[in-house]
Amino acid sequence: MNEMRSLIVTEARLLFRDPVTWLAAIALPTVVLLIFGSIFGPSEPDPALGGLRFIDVFVPSLVVITVGTLGIQTLPIRLATYREKGVLRRLSTTPAHPLRLLAAQLVIYLATAVIALLLLIVVAHVAFGVPWPGHPLGYLAAFLLGMSSLFAIGLVVAAVAPSSRAATAVAIPMFFVVMFLGGVYLPRVYLPDILIRIGDFTPPGVQGLQDAWLGTAPQLAPLAGMAILTVVLGAVAVRIFRWE
Amino acid sequence: MNVIEVTNLTKRYGDHAAVDGVSFSIEEGEIFGILGPNGAGKTTTVESIAGLRTPDAGTIRVLGMDPRKDRDRLRSQVGVQLQESELPDRITVAEALRLFASFYAKPADTRQLIEDLGLGDKRDTAYRNLSGGQKQRLSIALALVGQPRIAILDELSTGLDPQARRETWHLIESLRDRGLTVVLVTHLMEEAERLSDRVAVFGAGRLIALDTPAGIVSMVDPEQRLRFRPSVPIEDSLLSGLPEVKRVERSGPVVIVTGTGNVVAAVTSLLARRQVVANDLRVEQANLDDAFLALTGRLSAGTTKELS
Repeated sequence: MNEMRSLIVTEARLLFRDPVTWLAAIALPTVVLLIFGSIFGPSEPDPALGGLRFIDVFVPSLVVITVGTLGIQTLPIRLATYREKGVLRRLSTTPAHPLRLLAAQLVIYLATAVIALLLLIVVAHVAFGVPWPGHPLGYLAAFLLGMSSLFAIGLVVAAVAPSSRAATAVAIPMFFVVMFLGGVYLPRVYLPDILIRIGDFTPPGVQGLQDAWLGTAPQLAPLAGMAILTVVLGAVAVRIFRWE
Repeated sequence: MNVIEVTNLTKRYGDHAAVDGVSFSIEEGEIFGILGPNGAGKTTTVESIAGLRTPDAGTIRVLGMDPRKDRDRLRSQVGVQLQESELPDRITVAEALRLFASFYAKPADTRQLIEDLGLGDKRDTAYRNLSGGQKQRLSIALALVGQPRIAILDELSTGLDPQARRETWHLIESLRDRGLTVVLVTHLMEEAERLSDRVAVFGAGRLIALDTPAGIVSMVDPEQRLRFRPSVPIEDSLLSGLPEVKRVERSGPVVIVTGTGNVVAAVTSLLARRQVVANDLRVEQANLDDAFLALTGRLSAGTTKELS
């Protein structure tokens, strides 16, 4: 337990000394919210959006930026760097099983994502009067499952990427796809129907996040899909993980 | 008691046998040097002992256990310093040691260890800002922080300046006094000669000699060499006429006489009789360096490519 705590404290310190990473992860969704919010202003309810304002449907999916950055970029690139530099190999000669290093990283990123989410919820409410999540438990479930499925994808990349360059080469395009389908670049209502359908089921399951925020329970099928994806990819990642 | 037993260890990479049928055993409390040119199989051997590689043939026992199958139990008792293994850029010396200390049930006092390795004024310095020698010393400290029974140190003093090297040697000697068994991979003769109780000389994946440093030196011709600048010219033939002398060479005004047996006394008494003063007289004896070159040189006649 002492060892797990040391790993978490050390990894948290290392992340804290890398402000570009944690500032982007925590602040970026809120910054995007402020930019879009100031462009569109407190617009009128739009019948095309089911009588909601643009900002109300946009905010729930902004946290995708954070979980996407941490899960698909930060996690695999950091672990690939550790592998490249022999950190993982070195750890494997000590009684600390390197899987605990993975666990420590996941704990830290989860904490970072929760902070980013809370910041987003509070700023959206205070600055633009976006209502609090209407179905908090549903939102939490959609958030956690969506995040786990993205992290499982990141772990598969992290499991085998021999260097930080290789991890980056895979992570960046994947990140853009996740952002796009998640409606971060272009709100999802403007995407073609087929892409919206795909986006319902691809991690992190943006529709579930939106539904839960607006007060309805997220649909079970996409959540179940996210859960299965997490278990399957997580198992694959652990199975193929290479320490050197 | 043998703490490490290696029997017929073989490890291949493709067609190439990196280690080819090597056997040796290491006693408790011994400092065991592994010496050899690059590509001789030193690192593959110690990494197999550390459980990082799976041998293709042969057996290894460490503290009576199999380094692969019993890896979890051995990890707490074997401290390993690897070549080419770094730490995260931003971790400080003290943090790295505290982190690694937390992995072990009975870790060493990290403050004391930092002082012992001369890193006291660097304890809050980030890894990426350390010099090569400081990184190396931190790496040694991490191998020792778990108070292991066996320490495997691969290229202990690579990158250290002479001062730091000597301090590190002192530390290794003090570890011996505490009963730690040390496996020391090196290509520095001086290091092997000074620290090792026994030395294994590797060449082309095989063990070509295993003895005390003095024993290895005596395996090659015990030649001695005298260098001096004669005060008045002296004929080569006078010197080469002595039965102890094998060779006489000149390098400018300096005469170099190579011979065996009591060659020093024979040459100096000849010079005295001729009333020649031997200025700047130096006597060089064969050391581990010569022995190593002779041993691996003999081998390289057949397999030159191994000595890159």
